[in-house]
Amino acid sequence: MKKAFEKLFRSQVWRSMFRHGLPLSNRTRAEAVFYNFFLHVHPTKVRKRSVKFTYTWGLGGLSLGLFIILVFTGGLLMLYYRPSVAQAYWDMKDLQFVVSNGRFLRNMHRWAAHAMVAIVFLHMMRVFYTGSYRPPKEFNWVIGVFLLVTTILLSYTGYLLPWDQLSFWGISVGTNMVKAVPFGLGDTISYLLLGGTMVGENALVRFYVLHCFIIPVAAVVLMAIHFWRVRKDGGV
Amino acid sequence: MTAEKDFRAEGSSNPKKVPKRVAFIKPRTAARVKKEDEEMVMTVPNLVIKEIIAFEVMVIVLALISLTFNAPLEWIANPEHTPNPAKAPWYFLGLQELLHYFPPIVAGVILPTLAVIALIVIPYFPINLKQEGLWKEHRRQTLSVLLTVVGIVSVVLLWFDVYAMLVPTLLITALMVVPYFSKKETGVVGWLGTRPLSWWIMTWFIVIVVVLTTIGILFRGPEWSWTWPWHEIY
Ligand code: HEM
Repeated sequence: MKKAFEKLFRSQVWRSMFRHGLPLSNRTRAEAVFYNFFLHVHPTKVRKRSVKFTYTWGLGGLSLGLFIILVFTGGLLMLYYRPSVAQAYWDMKDLQFVVSNGRFLRNMHRWAAHAMVAIVFLHMMRVFYTGSYRPPKEFNWVIGVFLLVTTILLSYTGYLLPWDQLSFWGISVGTNMVKAVPFGLGDTISYLLLGGTMVGENALVRFYVLHCFIIPVAAVVLMAIHFWRVRKDGGV
Repeated sequence: MTAEKDFRAEGSSNPKKVPKRVAFIKPRTAARVKKEDEEMVMTVPNLVIKEIIAFEVMVIVLALISLTFNAPLEWIANPEHTPNPAKAPWYFLGLQELLHYFPPIVAGVILPTLAVIALIVIPYFPINLKQEGLWKEHRRQTLSVLLTVVGIVSVVLLWFDVYAMLVPTLLITALMVVPYFSKKETGVVGWLGTRPLSWWIMTWFIVIVVVLTTIGILFRGPEWSWTWPWHEIY
């Protein structure tokens, strides 16, 4: 067994994908980080203090982890869901009763979305209480605040999509608040958001596009900057 | 005596050509130069293994939750039939609770906007970078400013009957002033005495958010009236 693996790791095919050898020496461990597309967000060495679980509680990483799960389950949900008043709700019912594992898929997406709001908030608390917003990290904190807002908006736009009573009235309550924006802007913003004066067909399509395309892209861009800054600002 | 230099300044990124370098460190460079010999560990395996474990544990926990609890799906949306109460998702119930006390422009626009702006500007105010305890200097002045501010806020909250914010505000203020009167330097009181102003404000903010959100989730029923969660959760 061990021999077979060793043979695999030495084979040309494997080596063409992973240039470094097994991470057994510090040299190959460093190579494992900077020859790997995904790992190269990390430096090859990190502070011992910041690796300690009880310093970050892994909350930033878990926020990213939840986002990845949401993209994955969300992509699968998109295969079954059609954003129209006539179909949306019945597609949810199909997910529950017809699609294999559809209910599980939907549950994962729903609970991960709720968890992400909470975890991102907790991450903000950890950053605050460890004083990690101090210079030179002040701008990354600002990016973070935008990420918090983005996360909440992602969750909120998704809330309308099942088109049940919860969604409809949850979104109505929120968009009514928007109408309170002064100088006549409130009605304009709310009209822009809903594509009308009420939550209806247009609102559903708009929230769908916001939820599945516009806001996730914004979140990815903000996260990319966020992670890049973590390193440029000298690491955690 | 000739003033010939025995060194030469040269810029190069090629270590073979210029083996020794001088680094100029300005006061505002990255945090990593603050402590020079902090203990470092290899990212692989020390950090990466923890990331993998944390992610896997999270996936397992989420899967277990998803197998046990179903995402809600009520009746199809019906604009003719308003549920009572009509609640926003949980993370907005703090705001919705505010809407119960203040006019919509205050609860729905001004306060949330102020909260986001306040969060954004935290790192740009020197007072938030201070690490000294609140009572370190100007003790009397600090006390009078604190009591004035809390007094004004309390009057406003009383005026609008916002006991849900008034009570936590007064409790936190009480904790803030304990170290002023007590000379103890150890234990909880000593620890409270070392908390800087920014710590107090953020803690106050988080407590308020949690209290309002909890009330909105568990304690509000038809017409936003007070209900006990052991009777019914709406
Ligand atoms: C989608 C949301 C977010 C993601 C995925 C995310 C991810 C991360 C990750 C992976 C780190 C590395 C350290 C750690 O894990 O704690 C980090 C650090 C940091 N985050 Fe976030 N974050 C998010 C939101 C926020 C928010 C809301 C804030 C603050 C308002 C924030 C401020 C910071 C700061 C200042 C650091 C540097 C901390 C340090 O150097 O100790 N982030 N973030």
